[in-house]
Amino acid sequence: MKMLEAKDIKKSFGDNEVLKNISFEVNKGDVLAIIGPSGSGKSTLLRSITQLETIDSGEINICGDNLVKTDSFGNAVYAGKKERAAIARHLGLVFQNFNLFPHFSVMRNITEAQRKVLGRSKDSSEEIARKLLKKMGLENKENAYPCELSGGQQQRVSIARALALSPEILLFDEPTSALDPELTVEILKVIRELAAEKMTMIVVTHEMLFAESVADRVIFMDGGYIIENGTPEEVFRKSNNERTKAFLGKLTGERSGR
Amino acid sequence: MTIQNIISQLGEGMLKTTILFACTLVIALPLGLVVAFGRMSKLSLFSKNFKPIRLLTQIYISVMRGTPLMLQIMVVYFGPYYLFGVKINSSYQIYAAIIAFSINYAAYFAEIYRGGIESMPTGQYEAAKILGFTKTQTFFRIIFPQVIKRILPSVTNEVITLVKDTSLAFVIAYAEMFTIAKRIAAKETSMIPFVAAGIFYYVFNLIVALVMNKLEKNMSYYK
Repeated sequence: MKMLEAKDIKKSFGDNEVLKNISFEVNKGDVLAIIGPSGSGKSTLLRSITQLETIDSGEINICGDNLVKTDSFGNAVYAGKKERAAIARHLGLVFQNFNLFPHFSVMRNITEAQRKVLGRSKDSSEEIARKLLKKMGLENKENAYPCELSGGQQQRVSIARALALSPEILLFDEPTSALDPELTVEILKVIRELAAEKMTMIVVTHEMLFAESVADRVIFMDGGYIIENGTPEEVFRKSNNERTKAFLGKLTGERSGR
Repeated sequence: MTIQNIISQLGEGMLKTTILFACTLVIALPLGLVVAFGRMSKLSLFSKNFKPIRLLTQIYISVMRGTPLMLQIMVVYFGPYYLFGVKINSSYQIYAAIIAFSINYAAYFAEIYRGGIESMPTGQYEAAKILGFTKTQTFFRIIFPQVIKRILPSVTNEVITLVKDTSLAFVIAYAEMFTIAKRIAAKETSMIPFVAAGIFYYVFNLIVALVMNKLEKNMSYYK
């Protein structure tokens, strides 16, 4: 079953075209890893799917609902405000910089949207939060404030905050880029566990080994294009594309140099 | 005139100073937020660059900050009679003082609010949007509580200035503390009223500083 369908997405910032004819699909339970050099359009793509950016033309369908399509003049036409809000409810997003609310305790970070957006009761939202905190290994942190936590712990809270709204697709925008290597491992472990539970996920990442071992599909982007879209085996091992090989080769070079 | 006598006369003035101070804060703090919204308004008319609400509030802030508060007090007090022939009596003094102080301080507070709001990282808005909060919820639950913490030191500065500025109400013969001190000093050729006035303002501001310090401490549970 298709959870996400993107067709011919185009997006420019001024004269700079950052997304050029992007098309791909994500099936239920799949983990899609998006890799590529910085400035290749990965984050913009994620932000376009989550409505933090609007696209210039193309089509996006999420869980069978149409978010945006293109009219006969080639302009993007978005769904109405209510529909857009409903579509946004299918998605959760985990940011590179966590973006927790610093003035709320860990508990309130996770319960606030459940209560004010979904209208859940205090008790049931706290019960859900406690379950998620336990899953994240943070059961004794519910009264802590974000500033008292390590980066890895903060990121796990932000994953719990996203999961609390029961999204159908969870998106990660470079979730480990702000973290030390040992904290990175913590987060990757959590994503691995979610993958094992068949959570549908899209992960923009620089962790190639992680992408190779966890993802069902890998997209390699460069210069606003999708250069590769295939299984990890196809992209990492069997690609004949010069740009892909150059990008992956540079990384392996760095690794062996360490 | 005995010292007790002087103090009791000054006491009346202190009460009036305190009333002017408190009323100004109660009006100017929320009014400043409204002005700040106007100053940040994105509403445009006719062309993309013509933003009428923003322009109006910009002019308002510019005039309030660019002309003496003493002059503004006089305009508010004498304006109704000079401009429209409306008869005014001395009971209008307190209202004129409160109106003039409120619209003046609202302009300063507006700029403080704006500075605080614009210093908030966009990530907070984006996280709130992704979680489905409405714009109103985002502002009042996520953004504004954090803005208060950021702007508290600047607000303290303004509040302390306000305590001292209340003495400007003497220009419309509003009998606040300083007006009375001056009157007694002239009559008795004595320094005591001035010393008493100085002590009063100092203690008042000491209390303001302590209260604001406490507020800052209460908000220091997060960074």
